[in-house]
Amino acid sequence: MNIDDTLINLVYVAAAVLFILGLKLLGSPATARKGNLISAVGMLIAVVVTLGNQQILSFELIAVGVAVGALVGAIVSRKVAMTSMPEMVALFNGFGGLASLFVGWAALSVALVAALRSGVAVDNFSLVTIFLSILIGGLTFTGSLLAYGKLSEKISGRAFVYSGQRIVNSGILLAVLVCAALFFQDSANDNWLYLAVGLSLMLGVMFVLPIGGADMPVVISLLNSFSGLAAAAAGFAIGNILLIVAGSLVGASGIILTSIMCKAMNRSLTNVLFSGFGTVKVSAGPVIEQGEVKPMSAEDAYYVLEAAASVVIIPGYGMAVAQAQHAVKELQGMLEKNGAEVVYAIHPVAGRMPGHMNVLLAEADVPYDLLLEMDQVNPRMDSFDVAIVIGANDVVNPAAREVESSPIYGMPVINADQARTVFVLKRSMATGFAGIDNPLFFKENTRMLFGDAKATLGSLVKSFD
Amino acid sequence: MDIIILIFVFVLAIFLGVELINKVPSTLHTPLMSGSNAISGITLVGALVSAGSTHNEFASILGVLAVAFATINVVGGYMVTDRMLAMFKKKEGGNGK
Repeated sequence: MNIDDTLINLVYVAAAVLFILGLKLLGSPATARKGNLISAVGMLIAVVVTLGNQQILSFELIAVGVAVGALVGAIVSRKVAMTSMPEMVALFNGFGGLASLFVGWAALSVALVAALRSGVAVDNFSLVTIFLSILIGGLTFTGSLLAYGKLSEKISGRAFVYSGQRIVNSGILLAVLVCAALFFQDSANDNWLYLAVGLSLMLGVMFVLPIGGADMPVVISLLNSFSGLAAAAAGFAIGNILLIVAGSLVGASGIILTSIMCKAMNRSLTNVLFSGFGTVKVSAGPVIEQGEVKPMSAEDAYYVLEAAASVVIIPGYGMAVAQAQHAVKELQGMLEKNGAEVVYAIHPVAGRMPGHMNVLLAEADVPYDLLLEMDQVNPRMDSFDVAIVIGANDVVNPAAREVESSPIYGMPVINADQARTVFVLKRSMATGFAGIDNPLFFKENTRMLFGDAKATLGSLVKSFD
Repeated sequence: MDIIILIFVFVLAIFLGVELINKVPSTLHTPLMSGSNAISGITLVGALVSAGSTHNEFASILGVLAVAFATINVVGGYMVTDRMLAMFKKKEGGNGK
């Protein structure tokens, strides 16, 4: 079947509209599912109409590629645990980047063959955009793979910082540009191309390597943006407007999430990219105010909770690690049955990706209207009888307000310490991912409930029975 | 295709994206990410053309690889987003579907 190019482009316009509507509907939890569906319909019609493109002569290879991809995608998306969502999104980002790299490379190959036949050299704009799609696609791919490794703890999640990494990274980027320029001069020499591809892949690794720990939400957001920009670059390379539109929408989305994450940590993007959080040496000076840690048994905690009229639960990455979201929901049910008001306070960078906690709690059937943002909770924090901190550390660290020499000073935090009583569910007294002391644990109104969060919550729930 | 038009579209789409995404509440940021990730699989459209043209074998092979990876991105991205969004429920609103 051959479909006229004009018709194909008109369908692309419709697809772009569906993507935009889909993203718009993603703005509210009530319509989000429909929005995602609409966006998927846009993708479907774009793919179907593309199959009518006159340049497509053979469908066997396409069928194989689509079948393999669809199978893998379907299986992974069904099997993945909600706690592992960050690494899965990282992996998918990487695949998107790799696809863009291949599309750019294929476009280059086609353009070179055509140039050889016609004797007219490939125009510079095509060459530049093709190299951009190879560069961005390549670094998105390896950067995402590394992020996947860090998030799934297949490799150390710590930041790996060395001096001069800014210079090294700039050097690699410059080398890619030089390779591209040399290739433009002499496109018969494939070695410059291979070198450019190799260096782009290397850049991705070098770029994610120094970032780790609590900065991972920023990295995934940024890679998300890159995967969109890679698609847009591929769109420039092959002159496809739909790729440009869809790619830029995703690119913009990633940029916004990145800036939200940076703001939530009170840091600039360059600071996140180059200074390796958690490697900062903290001076031992200002921790004088530390008193004694006051542990409490689950039984005693129960008596406090039973008398509480309002409880705020503050989850962090530890809740995900302990898979404690269902136990949290059970405790919420018990407290509500007991007549208490229960809400959740979610810090923007709690967890390993934006909105991570919200998805986990949604999985446990916690209604999303009970999930409050930091700015909604902080003004009324002193009205809560109990704040239960589950596996969160840095996002409730009062040092961000009080200790000027703290590396997280100035970062907006949830003021858990202002609640009448604070329970901290924690495995041990180890410091958080950022490796900073937390004065919250030593406050007068703080009680530590040591042990596995899930087990502790379980015994609290049992006490209510 | 006129270069200027392509750049025009690119810049406008970025601004549109910023306006759209700014309104997404933080509670939906994870589904937003996986959903927009699926959209970035739009590269599939370009990959199909490379994979299906028989003139250039090397480009076809690259095209098929791109088709496979982009399809993982598209199918996996949309499905997992749907799975997540199906779980988001309002307090008194029944099962929210």
